Amino acid sequence: MSENKREERKNAAPPPQEEQYSLNDDRRVKVLTPGAMVAKRFFRNRLAMVGLIMLIAMFLFSFVGGWFSPYDENQQFYTYQLQTKQYAGVVQNDDFRYTVADGQEFSTTVQAYFLLGYNKTDGTEDFSFDYKDVTYDAVCEGDAFYSVYSNGVLVAMASKDIISVESGSLSFNVKYQALLAYFAGETTFEADGATYTMDEDGNIGQDGAILGYISRFVVTATESSDTLSRLFKEELQACIENDESEFVFTGSDGETYSYEVEYEPYTNSWTVNQETETYVYDAYASPSMAHWLGTDRNGMDMLTRLMYGGRVSLVIGFIVVLIAGVLGILLGGLSGYFGGWVDNLIMRIVDVFYCIPSTPLMIILGAAMDAMNVDPQIRMLFLMLLLGFLSWPSIARLVRGQILSLREQEFMMATEACGIRTSRRIFRHLIPNVMPQLIVSCTMMLGSTIITEATLSFLGLGVKFPFASWGNIINDVNSTYVMTNYWFIWIPAGVCLLITVLGFNFVGDGLRDAFDPKMKR
Amino acid sequence: MQQSMSKYIIKRILLSVVILFLVAFIIYAMMRCLPTSYVQSMAQQRATAPGSKSYEEWLEQLNAQYGLDKGIIPGFLSWCSQAIRGQFGDSWKFTVPVTEKFAEVIGVSVVMAGISFLLELVIAIPLGVIAAVRQYSRVDYAITTIALIGMSLPTFFFAALLKLVFSVKLGWFDLTGLVGRNFAQLGPWGQFCDMAYHLVLPIATLVIISIGSLMRYTRTNMLEVLSADYIRTARAKGLPEGKVIYKHAFRNTMIPLVTIIGGSLPGLFSGALITETLFSIPGIGYTSYQAMVAGDIPFSMFYMCFLAVLTLACNLLTDIVYGLVDPRVRVSA
Repeated sequence: MSENKREERKNAAPPPQEEQYSLNDDRRVKVLTPGAMVAKRFFRNRLAMVGLIMLIAMFLFSFVGGWFSPYDENQQFYTYQLQTKQYAGVVQNDDFRYTVADGQEFSTTVQAYFLLGYNKTDGTEDFSFDYKDVTYDAVCEGDAFYSVYSNGVLVAMASKDIISVESGSLSFNVKYQALLAYFAGETTFEADGATYTMDEDGNIGQDGAILGYISRFVVTATESSDTLSRLFKEELQACIENDESEFVFTGSDGETYSYEVEYEPYTNSWTVNQETETYVYDAYASPSMAHWLGTDRNGMDMLTRLMYGGRVSLVIGFIVVLIAGVLGILLGGLSGYFGGWVDNLIMRIVDVFYCIPSTPLMIILGAAMDAMNVDPQIRMLFLMLLLGFLSWPSIARLVRGQILSLREQEFMMATEACGIRTSRRIFRHLIPNVMPQLIVSCTMMLGSTIITEATLSFLGLGVKFPFASWGNIINDVNSTYVMTNYWFIWIPAGVCLLITVLGFNFVGDGLRDAFDPKMKR
Repeated sequence: MQQSMSKYIIKRILLSVVILFLVAFIIYAMMRCLPTSYVQSMAQQRATAPGSKSYEEWLEQLNAQYGLDKGIIPGFLSWCSQAIRGQFGDSWKFTVPVTEKFAEVIGVSVVMAGISFLLELVIAIPLGVIAAVRQYSRVDYAITTIALIGMSLPTFFFAALLKLVFSVKLGWFDLTGLVGRNFAQLGPWGQFCDMAYHLVLPIATLVIISIGSLMRYTRTNMLEVLSADYIRTARAKGLPEGKVIYKHAFRNTMIPLVTIIGGSLPGLFSGALITETLFSIPGIGYTSYQAMVAGDIPFSMFYMCFLAVLTLACNLLTDIVYGLVDPRVRVSA
């Protein structure tokens, strides 16, 4: 019977939902490990979650974004830009040019006397002047064109018009006759037994070839490699005489070029500017579809630079904290655990390091590396090592303080009483209890390291071109012009920095609260 | 107690002197490890400056002054013996004695740091208290967020933003410099106003960047005090909430606050290197930045040792003030 009853009980329907579990039943009490508690508290903290999201976004942006960007870190972009370049200069000759007849003399002193005499007249009369008992007669032959005779012999001619020789050379006689013909309006003239032609533009020709020309304008090309054709000069002259500011010239190759002519009253000259398309770096281009954040000083895509810059900034931050963390835990741990003279020695080293002013030191070393032209890659390595070596003391202090207080607590005494071996005591019981504080301060340190690195790079002493870093991207703001006109160069980098550091601070703060067992939430 | 305190202080000062000696040695050794060609080129550069000595003289003087021809240790000892007598040599960059230049520029820095420190106290402590009293309220979140943003803002970026908004867009302030263009024509009062006017943006930068940590420190300590038993007692006996907070809680929060404030007083002399440089304020920070970038070893040595002294003084003062304001702290001999 009792057998049956037992059977019955065995085969009875499963217990109803309301069944009472025993007190120590796992199903009754929801048990969370300390880790899960921390995680729960952390995920409930709104600010910490915002920080976490910010950090994830920045990590994706920096490390994954680089793959999606169609451009390279150092890819430069070019553009055609219309640049006004000075092409030629035109000067109207306002001085007399003297040409001395063959076998005669007409020294600069005599030229000066000629000018004195000329200035006394109204510019069209004949006049005469004396120099050293010789009387010179100047006969006006045309507009500012004089023949100078001495005792009836032609000594020289003075003219404001210039005879430019195209090929070969022209003798005094040819030039003299040419000018005479030019002013008389004749189409042919004879000199030295040869016949020359003269047209209304002042071209001196012989047998259909142009030997030279008469003009009061001197046209010179700005670039010595450019040669200006006679036709160009003629048309330019006509344009200047008509007071036009635009000049269109059709070259011998049939192409049309347009120029701007500017008159400069001060020098009584004209400059001819040509707008040419020049192939240049697409520097400081405004945001567009191709470049969402525009381009920087060197014509590189800003968004891509920001992504790679984020990589550099974050990686430097992590490596520095890693170095500082390893050194700090090791030395702080030794110091706290062993105490005595080890503690004393290590703490004095910490004191010394604490006292070294890190920013000035980094600035001096940066400037020295500048002077030595250290390779940017090696520089970056130095930067990480130095920042790491300068920031371990705070971690060492923290670890030591924690270990000192933990060592006195009952659970450590219990481990000692249980005879657990030293290494296990350190790694299983001491270190896990130090971790919370350590993680919090490392997270905060990441933020401050990134700021330090950015500050140094901003001052031009940290990460150097060609590597991008958020700090050296903002460096451009040192020029007021960039600061005022190109917000897209420096504001995004600053916002990236702010978001990342803020993310680290939010998360660090949230972790601190989450690790605190006294927290009720 | 008095005796043990003074004994403790003397012990700490002696220790500080030893630490300072070591720090100075490390800095000196580092300076010496920079390539000598660098020093020589600096000497050459200095020699070309108008009114300066010739290259050989400079080099000779440098070698004599810093014992560059000697080893690092004898060189350091000779530097030390000079420095103890207050002789830090001539600055290469400014071609005047280092101490003279220092005396000339320290004033602006101290004024700037002092004003921003006061503003910081006035703003940060009340906000920190409010945040703690209304923990987890919207106000608390807002204050915490603002504090953290202030802490996360890189100085140079924030200064550039301020310049863009207030100098370029609004045109209220000059971009850089301590004095305006017509400074020389102003009367004494006008000159004072002009300088004060030019210090507005740098001080704003300093305050906003550094306000966060003090605010959070106040909040943390206030929270700790608020959870103490005597606060519960005070509430239990029916004291009005205002009295509980401002008489019982805040006064006890003052202990860590006064400690940290006292400890940061020497820091007022260190100058704000980045902010001064960004605004071209000729204080100790900007001056030493120029000196350091130019490789001016005498000035840099002086400035770094000065900073080390300040750090030591801060630590010492923190401990002393802590002992003074907190009756629970007793020096253990």
